[in-house]
Amino acid sequence: MLLKLIPDNTSIGFTRMRFVALVFSAILVVASLGALFTMGLNFGVDFKGGVTIEVADDEPIDVAAVRAAVSDLGLGSVDVQTIRDFADADEAVLIRISQQEADDDSDETAGETAQQAASIAVQDAMRTLLGDGVNFRKVEVVGPTVSGELVQKGALAVALAIGMMLIYIWLRFEWQFSLGAIIALVHDVIITLGMFAVTRLEFNLAIIAAILTIVGYSMNDTVVVYDRVRENLRKFKQKPLAELLDISINDTLTRTIMTSGTTMLALMALVIFGGEVLRGFTLAMIWGIVIGTYSSIFVASPFLLATGVKRDWSKAVPVGA
Amino acid sequence: MLQFSKFQTAGVALIVFLGALFAIPNLLSEDARNSLPGIMPKGTINLGLDLQGGSHLMLSVDTAKVIDDRMKALMGDVRRELRPNRAANRERISVESLSYNDDTHVITLLIADPADAEQAEERLRGLTRGGVGGALGLGIRAYSLNVDGQRFEVAMTPEAERYWSDEAVRDSIEVVRRRIDPAGNKEVLIAPQGVDRIVVQVPGDNDPEALKALINRTGQLSFHRMDPTVSFADAQAGLLPPGRMYVEFASLEGSGRPGLVLYEDAEVTGDMVVDASSAPDPDGGFQINFGFDNRGARRFADYTRNNIGSVFAIVLDNEIISAPTIQTAITQGQGRITGSFTAQEAFDTALLIRSGALPAELNTIEQRSVGAQLGQDSVEAGAKALIIGFLAVIIYMIISYGRFGVYADFALIANVILIAGVLSLLGSTLTLPGIAGIVLTIGMAVDANVLIFERIREEIFAGKAPIKAAETGYDKARSAIIDANITTFLAALIMFQLGAGPVRGFAITLAVGVVTSVFTAYVLTRLFAGGYLLSKRPKEIKL
Repeated sequence: MLLKLIPDNTSIGFTRMRFVALVFSAILVVASLGALFTMGLNFGVDFKGGVTIEVADDEPIDVAAVRAAVSDLGLGSVDVQTIRDFADADEAVLIRISQQEADDDSDETAGETAQQAASIAVQDAMRTLLGDGVNFRKVEVVGPTVSGELVQKGALAVALAIGMMLIYIWLRFEWQFSLGAIIALVHDVIITLGMFAVTRLEFNLAIIAAILTIVGYSMNDTVVVYDRVRENLRKFKQKPLAELLDISINDTLTRTIMTSGTTMLALMALVIFGGEVLRGFTLAMIWGIVIGTYSSIFVASPFLLATGVKRDWSKAVPVGA
Repeated sequence: MLQFSKFQTAGVALIVFLGALFAIPNLLSEDARNSLPGIMPKGTINLGLDLQGGSHLMLSVDTAKVIDDRMKALMGDVRRELRPNRAANRERISVESLSYNDDTHVITLLIADPADAEQAEERLRGLTRGGVGGALGLGIRAYSLNVDGQRFEVAMTPEAERYWSDEAVRDSIEVVRRRIDPAGNKEVLIAPQGVDRIVVQVPGDNDPEALKALINRTGQLSFHRMDPTVSFADAQAGLLPPGRMYVEFASLEGSGRPGLVLYEDAEVTGDMVVDASSAPDPDGGFQINFGFDNRGARRFADYTRNNIGSVFAIVLDNEIISAPTIQTAITQGQGRITGSFTAQEAFDTALLIRSGALPAELNTIEQRSVGAQLGQDSVEAGAKALIIGFLAVIIYMIISYGRFGVYADFALIANVILIAGVLSLLGSTLTLPGIAGIVLTIGMAVDANVLIFERIREEIFAGKAPIKAAETGYDKARSAIIDANITTFLAALIMFQLGAGPVRGFAITLAVGVVTSVFTAYVLTRLFAGGYLLSKRPKEIKL
């Protein structure tokens, strides 16, 4: 007997739930925006500049002593946390130092030099504190120029990705589909950002990559449903749109859940065994896939009800169909 | 639809075979790879710095300084041109003001007498006529001259500015290469990026601080005569005669004096030094031996012959590294720098002198260093996640789709082989996010098969016979598969543009994975399914 997570021939009235979904999504989006504006994102060195150093020692590290030693350097806000890696039993701490102000504003390079000086100061302090067993597992120093550029590039990449999806869906379907897909996409991105604002997980360049992947995945999910909607529009010319959308969502439901399931299995393996470096990245992806799956069923498709779609598809025969 | 000709089958088999062929070197040791026959591909996937450990540095070349230096030199020339010159039968042109603007790089000259305007313009034209680049320096006009009555503005043309900036970046790359990879045998990457940047990537477990110390020093070497007439107190107070400078010692050990007053004009400069090496000092510690070129040797011989008994200073990057007393004339063009150097200091200093001076200061604007230990941990964690994720998906597919799940799993294995093959072929770099990309691709690759199998199931429910159902399933699922994968591919493309190392690695594996997964999931499984259905002609299929 083969495993079936979803029974065959479901006929769940998804479109009837659209008002509940609308309220639910609205709350999530508003809460996310609120969190973004009040708490902001916990930017990592990529976007904020500054220094991140991961230090390991051959004996247990006293986090409080590390914090005190680094704080004594007078480098502004310092964040020290223990890293518990599943991969090995070594103890390591992650020291984050916010971007250093330059002593001399007139010189463009002073800001860059200040970051380097802070990095060296921390490393020297750790050598003094921990002795010969000290091991700098990771040192990242990002100056103001590069961090500024990465912010721009990151924002541009997400905007560009959404824009390209908009155009692609427009070319392949109709503008109503395109708009519905984009609204679902923006919805997913905002809620993912909101999750990062609330959890205070570090937001870095890898998270932008995760968001772009979510954009691709969420789109993928939406396209599969839309593709079925289009097919059913040709098949059932007289059916009310709501009913037709329900049929399409139910037709593709097993696939939607199944694919989310396999992707989730792969991501779970990453989050459990993939180590500390990837954790934020995979958590973002897991969250995004849950939201993306939800949005393609409850946001993207019901949206077509609001705009209405062309019912006569006898002439338009898209490529590959 | 399910029927493959022998030709098509061979084509599919060939693609998978080629993928495996290119993937195989990754499983072999280096020795085994080298002993492969000539026609076999030997390329492997490079491990990114985050996996093998190493340092990534982004350096910014201070090109503005290079332009500034040139403009300041030009200003000196302008001043000279305005003086009387008997040989050229020229009168003095009196100047109202002559200034240089740091920000705009423009020299502004205001002459006092309108009657001199024509003469001044002629002289300035002569001065700014030269070009840069090209065989005879005719390629690009170097300066532009703007005349407005008594007011003259000399600016560097944007083309020349670009040319000299590029040259500074190119020269810096050469110097950096000589410093960090003198033997030319390390796998270091030193490449220009954008207008005024250099990316340096050094794999392996090196000390990033030592690396930066080597790169960030300008390496400007010069030999100066000491001026013994200025008292130390005056020097400290900044009371120096013109043309003198006060320079501190690199280390306070030894002489006990913090610094010396030197003549600004160098007797010999570092560009006349052709060789330098470190060696043990017979009197203890280490020394640096160096040799001059012909010009340097002549100048140094003349200088030492005429100044026996006096002190001279060897200055490196505005610090005195040695200040010996001249014992005899040094005519062999050889010299040594002694001081209380450790072996490492002597080695580094010799390297610095040998590699020549940087044309402009290099600033580290981004540093990402990963220790070999963390890299190793990441490889292990990534591999573990990959294997476990892979097995989980494989098992899940079999319990969900039975026989067809097995087909999908074969496709998945072929997919991973193809990804490895393509990445080796492209010689691309695998990063930790790249591994995540492969794991994710595994999860998403089965999507195409899920779409197809679900479709076949629907067709069976609708009462179609297995073969017909399978044909329709593959056919109807196609547009959704294509659309869905193109969107992910587009996202990967944008990520690639976003750049920075690890993310780029993720983008590449994701993009490659999308392409290969469409092939394996759509074509390869169809070959298997078609083979089974057409040969066995089952009455019903379990899905």
